[in-house]
Amino acid sequence: MNMRPPMKKLKVATASLSGCLGCHMSLLDIDERLLELVKLVEFDRSPITDIKSCGPCDIALIEGAVCNSENVHVLRELRRNCKMLVAVGACAVTGGLPAQRNRFDVGEILERCYCEMPGTQSKVPDDPELPLLLDKVYPLNEIVRVDYFIPGCPPSGDALWKYLTDLISGRMPRLDYQSFRFD
Amino acid sequence: MTEAIVEPEVLEPIIARYNGDPGNLLQILIEAQNALDWLSPGTQGFIAKSLDIPVTHVAAVVQFYTHLYDTPRGKYRVLFSHNITDRMAGSPTLMAHMLKRLKLKRGVVSDDGLVSVGKTSCTGMCDQGPALLVNNRAITRLTLRRIDEICDLIRARAPLANWPAHYFRVEDNIERADMLLGSAYAPGEALRAAIACGPTGMMAEMKRSNLRGRGGAGFTTAVKWEACRDAPGDERYIVCNADEGEPGTFKDRVLLQSFAERVFEGMAIAGYCTGARKGLIYLRGEYTYLRAPLEAKLSDFRRNRLLGMGICGVPGFDFDIAIHLGAGAYVCGEETALIESLEGKPGRPRIRPPFPVTCGYKNQPTVVNNVETLCKVTEVAIHGGLAYAGTGTRQSAGTKIISVSGDVERPGLYEYPFGVRVSQVLEDAGAYDAIAVQISGAAGQCLTPQEFGRRIAFEDVPTSGSFMVFGNNRDLFEAALNYAHFFEHESCGFCTPCRVGTALIARILEKIHSGHGARYEFNELNRLHQLISTSSHCGLGTTATNALHDIMTKFPTVFDRRLIRRDFEPGFDLDAALARAREVAGRDDANAHLDAHLGEGVDA
Repeated sequence: MNMRPPMKKLKVATASLSGCLGCHMSLLDIDERLLELVKLVEFDRSPITDIKSCGPCDIALIEGAVCNSENVHVLRELRRNCKMLVAVGACAVTGGLPAQRNRFDVGEILERCYCEMPGTQSKVPDDPELPLLLDKVYPLNEIVRVDYFIPGCPPSGDALWKYLTDLISGRMPRLDYQSFRFD
Repeated sequence: MTEAIVEPEVLEPIIARYNGDPGNLLQILIEAQNALDWLSPGTQGFIAKSLDIPVTHVAAVVQFYTHLYDTPRGKYRVLFSHNITDRMAGSPTLMAHMLKRLKLKRGVVSDDGLVSVGKTSCTGMCDQGPALLVNNRAITRLTLRRIDEICDLIRARAPLANWPAHYFRVEDNIERADMLLGSAYAPGEALRAAIACGPTGMMAEMKRSNLRGRGGAGFTTAVKWEACRDAPGDERYIVCNADEGEPGTFKDRVLLQSFAERVFEGMAIAGYCTGARKGLIYLRGEYTYLRAPLEAKLSDFRRNRLLGMGICGVPGFDFDIAIHLGAGAYVCGEETALIESLEGKPGRPRIRPPFPVTCGYKNQPTVVNNVETLCKVTEVAIHGGLAYAGTGTRQSAGTKIISVSGDVERPGLYEYPFGVRVSQVLEDAGAYDAIAVQISGAAGQCLTPQEFGRRIAFEDVPTSGSFMVFGNNRDLFEAALNYAHFFEHESCGFCTPCRVGTALIARILEKIHSGHGARYEFNELNRLHQLISTSSHCGLGTTATNALHDIMTKFPTVFDRRLIRRDFEPGFDLDAALARAREVAGRDDANAHLDAHLGEGVDA
């Protein structure tokens, strides 16, 4: 895609909450267009840069659902600092695979894993360093306001490229029928 | 689940009565449930085998209709009418009282398998609510005392037939009568007048009358009849749409209770003009109590040669009417869904075209008319088309029956010539402090007092005939939430915009109701309204958000005072969502808690 570089590089933060990083892998699938992308944007907090907390940004791309207190903190930090927040992939949009645990009581799940399975000690870990699990796995839009949603498990590299370039050039992002998918 | 017991001696006669015809599957299931209280897997399997159809077909029908049960619901199945007018009349308190008396949770059967209590969509008793259904029999004018009596009767296992008859009395409440409700009826007069004109002459009278359908859409009846008459087909059908499911509408109930002869004659005249020999009345399940009197009147008609072979002695004029029951599905008021239901299938709307007039019941040319429309046909026959067109307005000839309920002194039926102002109806009904009127039920529009000068007519405010009046102590948000739950429940689930959209609307309204909604949610409602109303498959979806949109735009304070100023907040308590994990981990440190809000800097 032929694009005029913007006056000032936009800042992009990305994060994976309770996801598999598959959406980030999909972002890498834009291949050589990555070189074009880094001409247009600068990455702040992201697994790509390994920066752990983010400053003021323009766009946040977030994959994964919200399943524990740390996810809430990360999501809120990104919401606070980013002008535009995009839920990327099935988990971020609907809860996805992690939300399969929503049929069970979280207390029972923890006890089963840490107390009843063979080889476990009979105690649920209580280190204050550990994030606590929420009663259910939530999609992003139940915790913070979300500006855009890109469904897909994962969305294709082409879909992410189209979405990002639309956003960067100030257009309403649109996906055509082929790249808009839910699986 | 209880062991599935099949009772062939119960089922076989029912199936035989319906000739083992899979087209009568819905009727067979309704009767089977009346006899057995629920439709066990064994019952469904037996019926499937007897009709030689896959058991999945039977299960699909059972699961589609709200009033068919594939799990036990007790010997007494109590359903409170959940319409907004019943709620305003105190139905939530009454239901809570009954649940307490019977020590029950809503929707859960009592341990002894005796009784269950739940909610159902509008039962069409809005002028004499709050109302409930017990095993599909309507009980009106509920009070705490009557609830106590009902609880005692249920506990004593008294058969429904032995319950006091006045419980089941349904009043007509005709408050203003005009051409239809006020005229005397002479048996066969309309039919003989039509026969005197001949089929083409009568069709010409219908054209001259400019009679339009009273179900709400207002399609010209003569055009429909002509299209049916001229369509190629082996057999033609006249269907009377008595699936009066639109919340707040109850005129068809009164017409079928006290003016049924005119409906029959209207159908016979339609048959005479179109060449149809068979008529079907699709009666909603909530009006099952009307079936026996209707059958008796049909027998009288046949005896007096107003139905059957050679009607009024005219050779070749053969027409007869059968009654089909529905089982709790609002969407079956849509004509193609109704036809699907008549054919014994789940009531999912068909893709149109082809329209029923060329390809309807059993894929034959079919006229589907509203109960009131068919009554009006008799007026056209007796007085002639020109005389009929003389009342009302230019595009809306004749009179219209309006069902008035809610905050009025005299709820009931009001018949006016078309063109009457909304304010006139309100004044006559004794609505002195109305802040809003919901016209045409949940799918219609919500009028503000500034609009009360508008006229009831297809040119201005079209209506299927319902006025739900809200007094100045009412919160229209409650109405919006009620309609949202109604449509979520009644969506047939066939198309995604309606199935998912109506549920999303309900969730967002619940969030606003709980005090967590922001401007963001309000904007989402607008977006969903645009989406659902433009991309749904049938009229249910396209109209499902009309009232909501009216309330949002015309009554801004209804939402404004409920929305939080914050940019966004979760619809639940985040800290409480950690409580279970805190408990099993035995933690209560600072990291084991979450603030309710996002933190500084984002509050608007």
